[in-house]
Amino acid sequence: MPLVQKELESETMTLNIGPSHPAMHGALRTQVELDGELIVRAASEIGYLHRCFEKHSEHSTYQQIIPYTDRLNYVSALMNNSGYCRAVEKLLNLEIPDRAVFIRVVMCELSRVMDHLVCIGTNLVDIGALTNFWFFFNVREKIYTAIEKVTGARLTYAYTRIGGLARDIYPDFASDIKAILKEVEQGVRDVVGLVANNRIFCDRTVDVGVVTKEQAVEWGFTGPCLRASGVAHDLRKAEPYYHYDEFDFDIPVAENGDTYDRTMVRIEEIYQSIKIIHQALGRLPQGPVMTDDARVALPPKKEVYGSIEGLMNHFKLIMHGILPPKGEVYSATEAANGELGFYIVSDGSMRPYRIKCRPPCFPLFAAYEKIIEGHMIADAVAIIGSLNIVAGELDR
Amino acid sequence: MMNLLEILQKEFGEAVGEVHQNYGDDTAVVDSSRIVDILKFLKEFPECPFDLFLDLCGVDYLAQSASGGRFEVVYHLYSLPKKKRIRLRVKIAGEKPSIQSAVPVYPIADWFEREAYDLLGIRFEGHPNLKRLLMWEGFEGHPLRKDYPIDKRQPIPTLGNLL
Repeated sequence: MPLVQKELESETMTLNIGPSHPAMHGALRTQVELDGELIVRAASEIGYLHRCFEKHSEHSTYQQIIPYTDRLNYVSALMNNSGYCRAVEKLLNLEIPDRAVFIRVVMCELSRVMDHLVCIGTNLVDIGALTNFWFFFNVREKIYTAIEKVTGARLTYAYTRIGGLARDIYPDFASDIKAILKEVEQGVRDVVGLVANNRIFCDRTVDVGVVTKEQAVEWGFTGPCLRASGVAHDLRKAEPYYHYDEFDFDIPVAENGDTYDRTMVRIEEIYQSIKIIHQALGRLPQGPVMTDDARVALPPKKEVYGSIEGLMNHFKLIMHGILPPKGEVYSATEAANGELGFYIVSDGSMRPYRIKCRPPCFPLFAAYEKIIEGHMIADAVAIIGSLNIVAGELDR
Repeated sequence: MMNLLEILQKEFGEAVGEVHQNYGDDTAVVDSSRIVDILKFLKEFPECPFDLFLDLCGVDYLAQSASGGRFEVVYHLYSLPKKKRIRLRVKIAGEKPSIQSAVPVYPIADWFEREAYDLLGIRFEGHPNLKRLLMWEGFEGHPLRKDYPIDKRQPIPTLGNLL
């Protein structure tokens, strides 16, 4: 037999992607077994960013945990803030003032927009389309500036309080946001124009990383990744909270569950979030942004200095913290990435007995090793970006 | 539809202990020996199939060690068609707690169980790959146990020489 026709001997190669790799979106490690460029087997490892959020929480008062939640999903920290506070408020059976509710909605939807901008922008960079990144990050920067004017911080806001918000928005906030949203819409339109029918983008994403409807449910997907696979599930519609049932918006759903669909679902969600923000700003009621419930709110200074009850109340809250009743509660909100759940067990003391955060990207990354099997190595990078794994909330 | 908790009680009798609906969360404390059957029943329950496995976590009730129920495993399930939630709590006795793995019923329980094993030392029998998830191999103890001191330090393995 001539030498050229002989089957060449070959063996598979093991490759580490991460933990420190620019395409890995955080400190994640996946080890893949390669046959040529084809992934035969894959296994992931997490924990590089584990900071004991849950253990720390057990040793902190309920208010002290709020800044920790910023660091879960740091791309949309305001959603973690309100998700956590909502869980404690549920435990306390506490209604927060309507103005605080609407501001939380605006902030959460702005965070969703920013989260999607980051997710799509970086994913597009990974597959070779850098221009879009600037279109998205330019406008994201402007949202940051507006939020900074409200909260005083750019990334880790700690803006919500149990019972409301730390401070009210500034007078021109609504008009600022409306102007910024116009630019966001323009930015998204520009990007859609560049990529939606782009041959390279379509080749890299269509039918890449397909997750069927059944798989998505079996793998515990929630959020945009579940909706991209054809399940119209959104907690804002399924279990409306914060007046979401009164807003007019749609849940974008796709069919194929591939990387292209996951990107497009997010793009459509940006438009829907903008719609919600306009409605919420239009309906923003006047009034306080913090409840006056003595269990959680510090009394006004006049009462602290002028009455014994006020003084005692202030002292008790500072020294003993918030004391929820004994019990357990699970509260879920629709974060940018899916269901963000907090399970809190209270023993009636000033510190939670146990807090479990259910991060939306935990099941997504658990399924990642199954999704990429049989794909090319370059597709693994395109897929992980579309799943939007945020190591901060994955490892907690 | 009947109350889900009543259905569970009817179906599994003694195995379903205390139930409550505090804060609107349907909760049942169930027997550890029947947990896989109960999960399977709920997943395939025709009127309200709990198809989405949302969360699994362990809780350490150190004060209850004497009464034989130190650890608890908590399951959160969701039914996409009926938009309903249920929480199952399972008490496990002993210093070496173990419980049947939920992976055969809900494959996604895999990483959740590894995390509970890692942080609380709960063994999941029948789990295909029960090893640490967040902490590193060689870590001693289980950090989320109540008797693990928060300020305890352990050496982090360093990389070896390259040359």
